[in-house]
Amino acid sequence: MEHPAADTILAVEGLTVDIPVSHGTLHAVRGIDFNLRRGETLCIVGESGSGKSLTSLSIMGLLGKRLKVGARKMEFAGTDLRSLSQAALRELRGNRMAMIFQEPMTSLNPAYTIGDQLTEALLLHRKVSRRDARARAVEVLGKVGITAAESRLAQYPHQLSGGLRQRVMIAMALMCKPELIIADEPTTALDVTIQAQILRLLADLKREMNLALILVTHDLGVVARIADRVAVMYAGEIVESGTAEEIFKRPSHPYTRGLMRCIPVPGRTKPGEPLGSIPGIVPSLIDRVEGCAFRSRCEFAEGACAKPIPERTAASGHVYRCVRPVQEERAA
Amino acid sequence: MTARTTEEPVLELAAITKTYQVKQGLFTRPRPLHALGGVSLRLHRKDVLGLVGESGCGKSTLAKILLGLEKPTTGRVLVDGKEVGGKDRRMLARRIQPIFQDPYSSLNPSKTIEEIVGLPLVVHAIGDSASRQRAVANMLDLVGLPQRVRRGFPGQLSGGQRQRIAIARALIIKPEIVICDEPTSALDVSVQSQILNLLSDLRNELGLTYLFISHNLAVVEHLATRVAVMYLGRIVEEAPAHELFAGPRHPYTRALLASVLTPDPALSIPDMELGISYPNPIDPPSGCHFHPRCAAATDICASTPPPHIQGRSGHVDCHLFRQAADEAAIVPA
Repeated sequence: MEHPAADTILAVEGLTVDIPVSHGTLHAVRGIDFNLRRGETLCIVGESGSGKSLTSLSIMGLLGKRLKVGARKMEFAGTDLRSLSQAALRELRGNRMAMIFQEPMTSLNPAYTIGDQLTEALLLHRKVSRRDARARAVEVLGKVGITAAESRLAQYPHQLSGGLRQRVMIAMALMCKPELIIADEPTTALDVTIQAQILRLLADLKREMNLALILVTHDLGVVARIADRVAVMYAGEIVESGTAEEIFKRPSHPYTRGLMRCIPVPGRTKPGEPLGSIPGIVPSLIDRVEGCAFRSRCEFAEGACAKPIPERTAASGHVYRCVRPVQEERAA
Repeated sequence: MTARTTEEPVLELAAITKTYQVKQGLFTRPRPLHALGGVSLRLHRKDVLGLVGESGCGKSTLAKILLGLEKPTTGRVLVDGKEVGGKDRRMLARRIQPIFQDPYSSLNPSKTIEEIVGLPLVVHAIGDSASRQRAVANMLDLVGLPQRVRRGFPGQLSGGQRQRIAIARALIIKPEIVICDEPTSALDVSVQSQILNLLSDLRNELGLTYLFISHNLAVVEHLATRVAVMYLGRIVEEAPAHELFAGPRHPYTRALLASVLTPDPALSIPDMELGISYPNPIDPPSGCHFHPRCAAATDICASTPPPHIQGRSGHVDCHLFRQAADEAAIVPA
């Protein structure tokens, strides 16, 4: 991993999330490292069960006590998140770091107005009057492209469309001018037309406010268009990371390449021809997992894959975990 | 393309409308909501008709009518030229079967896989218990599942395996038409490709006809032979898939195609300039329903419903186009 720069807002090393289950421990996140700078967008890509959502929830301190989170380092703007009390963490959450969830239908409270929900965090974290909080709410709703913002404050979530609800979610995250936003599949439940609008909005806000953004998604199209850097997760590990350009131009881990072959790309895949696929299923992560977790599904698997996998560098800032040197496969 | 026009369509929808009466408050009069405003479609054998449009445009209402779960307000559904509907929903179900979006909620969790896949045979009283068991075994082979899952329950299977079960259940009574309503959008990318490949193979092997409802245009382009674009209960453009993707006509089709995010990091996020959001179907805009969001709209679009312009291979409903003199082509107005 690259050295933390001066404007690093989030530095994570050796993050693990363990879930006790009836017959052992499920190692859902198995030692991942990443850094995020102000104004940077990191996309975490992976399929169900890869640990991408647990990673984002553990940064926000939103995992239940039953789950064991461990890390060698977990720093937000120089503050060690590991040693923070619940009270101190609440002080950060919704204030300096905020989260946007996938389902705008279920993550807004149906019994409160949009105005109540928008101003809640501001009233909690800042010494502001209700009037000032409402003024800020109107300002932020305008920023996320909601017209007639004043009248929206009195409305309830069910009176808004899905796209508007997701904008309200983004507005909620922006209320306290956070430095870091984590968005978990923010556009998955939306129409493609709305998806593009929401992604444009996030990209504009990021630029305007120098936000650091972590976007968790399984959609490679979204990743390509919005990410500065990409981390590909498989079975609780980051198997490849690098700049978006590098990852899409030279995917080096067999899993990353497999994923890219699975999706139909207009103009590139021939209509009607079979799409690529990744045979097999994700291995069990209960108890000790050794070697490369992808080897049971990998067409290049060999003896060395059962041993610990070193990190290889494909280019500056572009690393992957695979025993096969990348040049050899590219030639093939 | 010319050969097929002489062939009888396997499924035909003739001017289907569906109107719901919606109450907006306790003491208000119910108001009509026109979910479908005159939909006509023809599917030929082995066609894959991709039906695309935003949430609320009427895609699922159309699917429900085809499955006999809703009755059209007016219009007719014809299978092999014969009108269906009314009391013979069971007959309709033998010809048309669904595959739904969410394989987690569409399979009964307390039934074994064998019971789930074999149920349509029981409902339609086809064969005896031994022949049904053989049919289930064959279906599991066909959709690529091991025989050992027969005694298991849906809860023991992954999302992709469940969707294979849903496909096996749909195909066991040998329907000709399968309505696929977002069949892969609940699945992971690597599983989605397996299911799409399977659907494609089954169509070739069994000569199936699909109505493929999806919001993923890249998937539609990959699988569909024809595409119909819906907006507020109407089909605003319909054409062979390769024509529609190479040269979209309707401004709404163009906006939808522009919203496809191909995985190319050199490109940024597109601005379709759709402006305001999807209109409320209970208060549809005047004239062309799309005009408030259309960058090319003129005065006539706000006042007059668009003309239906029929070409040889498809149609478009838009003021920006007219029929060419030879009546075969659609040209800009």
